Amino acid sequence: MAAVRTSAEVAGNRVAIVAVLIITLIFLAPIYWIVSTSFKPRNLSTTIPPTVVFTPEVSPFVKLFTKRSQLREQPTPEEYEAAPWWERIVFDGGEKVVRDGKGNVQWSAYPNRFMNSLIIAITSTVFAVSMGTITAYGFSRFKVKGEGDLLFFILSTRMLPPVVVAIPMFLMYRTFGLNDTHIGLIILYTAFNLSFSVWLMKGFIDEIPKEYEEAALVDGYTRMEAFFKIVIPEAATGIAATAVFCFITAWNEYAFALIMTNRRAQTAPPFIPSQVGSGLPDWTVIAAGTFLFLLPVAIFTFLLRNHLLRGMSFGAIRK
Amino acid sequence: MAHIQLKNITKKFGSHTALRNLNLDIGDGEFFVLLGETGAGKTTTLRIIAGLDKPTAGQVFIDGIDVADWGAAERDVALVLQQYSLYPRYTVRQNLEFPLKSKLRRVGDAEIAERVDRVAKTLRIDHLLERKTDRLSGGEMQRVSIGRAIVRKPRVFLMDEPLSALDAKLREALRTELKNIQMNLGQTFLFVTHDQIEAMSMGDKIGVLNHGNLVQTGTPSEIYNNPKNTFVARAVGSPPMNLVHGKLVSGRAVLDAVEQELPYAGKLGATVGDGRDVTFGIRPEDIVVDSGAPIAARVHDVENHGVEKILTLRVADTTLHATVSAQTKLAIDEDVRFSWNPEKVVVFDKATGKSLQHAA
Repeated sequence: MAAVRTSAEVAGNRVAIVAVLIITLIFLAPIYWIVSTSFKPRNLSTTIPPTVVFTPEVSPFVKLFTKRSQLREQPTPEEYEAAPWWERIVFDGGEKVVRDGKGNVQWSAYPNRFMNSLIIAITSTVFAVSMGTITAYGFSRFKVKGEGDLLFFILSTRMLPPVVVAIPMFLMYRTFGLNDTHIGLIILYTAFNLSFSVWLMKGFIDEIPKEYEEAALVDGYTRMEAFFKIVIPEAATGIAATAVFCFITAWNEYAFALIMTNRRAQTAPPFIPSQVGSGLPDWTVIAAGTFLFLLPVAIFTFLLRNHLLRGMSFGAIRK
Repeated sequence: MAHIQLKNITKKFGSHTALRNLNLDIGDGEFFVLLGETGAGKTTTLRIIAGLDKPTAGQVFIDGIDVADWGAAERDVALVLQQYSLYPRYTVRQNLEFPLKSKLRRVGDAEIAERVDRVAKTLRIDHLLERKTDRLSGGEMQRVSIGRAIVRKPRVFLMDEPLSALDAKLREALRTELKNIQMNLGQTFLFVTHDQIEAMSMGDKIGVLNHGNLVQTGTPSEIYNNPKNTFVARAVGSPPMNLVHGKLVSGRAVLDAVEQELPYAGKLGATVGDGRDVTFGIRPEDIVVDSGAPIAARVHDVENHGVEKILTLRVADTTLHATVSAQTKLAIDEDVRFSWNPEKVVVFDKATGKSLQHAA
């Protein structure tokens, strides 16, 4: 870019900056809405116009994690004094925490559903990325008969909307007893992500000069050792990017999770809205659940940001 | 240390034939240079010896053993490439250690350290050991790359234009260094290049490749003084050998361009029939510019190379190159007369381009 800029260029630049700011605000608004709602008292969550200034409280999170019932009689001052801080918040809301016969607190299903989401998303991501990387390596480095057709076939699995196969899948899963199991959803999400993973990784591996591996072969290593010692570190950027995309897809998947699971292996996406239906919805609790649900993807992406941002730069190449 | 033999190697990539019936014999401890243009099949030959590619037909022998079923790792060859040769993300030390850490070799840690240090000293890269490879200059990279080959004492060194990507000064320095290393190690080297100066200055033997055919093998002086055909004559030497059409008539050379005679003192004399169409080959340094010489020419261009001057002479409608001493004062468009050294003339068949001396 020229060091000296004309006034027209400066003006254009300013317009661009304003446009970027506006777009950013538009994208951040729903996130702000969810996050702020998750810290609001219940009576402020649905006001019109929306409440912007309020005293944040953690009651939505306490309610998110506990099972509660309507308070029929006020707790005695002794009971109130003996209760931990979070139970007092529930009391203040006119509810009480449900306990079993031995007095143990009954937790809500949310932590369990959240764990399901984590287990299923992480496992299917690991499977999809590792299988995708190995497949892509094979396609990239070896002459495979009908390579073009095979790659197109892999891609074609993404061409029809997943919901089209939902009912046949449901019936197959029922036959094999995979309904409402972790392994069932893991297989499903791995299959979804595999085509994407193969294509993306093939692009990245094609970029790695095969001379590196050949040097390793000549230096006395097997193809497998060369793959792990040379190709994998070189493909780290691609693996990170693919992992983020696969994780987000598996983490956000709603339709199949709704159809295939109902309790044991249910993930957070179908669980959170299921809370809306029972009685008058408490939007603050739903917002709290959604907010926590956003965090793993944000953290994962943040951890891998260097890999995602860094271009493909190979140290020792002189072109 | 190894003796390499290629027997009737043919390599096809689809419909393209990269190598055709190649026979090659590289003696133990020999510095063998394969010379050829891009696409002549040099790299393919190298990759077949290294075991990275399988020949379509033919056999490779290392020390008399057919290595068709051996993988690259088992052949114990070292490969130095023009580029992409260092492992990125590794330091120089890690690059040098890499071949020694192979499970195939089982070298102890202490010995690895000692060998790496020794090689680093030999190649004067010991101050770079902890540096990442992307922070090296081109010459340093190539040194490390050569170091990685030497450190493991392979049976054969295969080098694929290792100096081509370097600038001229460095190329010259590394050329000498490489030749010294080879002499000290006494190892078999197969060096591939398109640069005839590298071939002439480094090789014990040269093989000239043309479109997948091995045209001629021999010592540099054989290749230079007695090329097997006009292709080799043009491939080696800078400027290349002059080729002029003419006839041999009763032991004297008659040039078609000027219909004038020059003496011929080669051994062919009578064996070539009078009046047969031939091509005479004469090296620029064997052309003598002298006011009493038989043939007139005009100076077309003068290139001053310091130690000598290279003249381009226009004779009728052809041009000839001649080297003269730097003291010679000649201007462009000046009229001169020239002759040649009659003993150095090579005679080729005009139609096939084959040297008649070789047939004899």
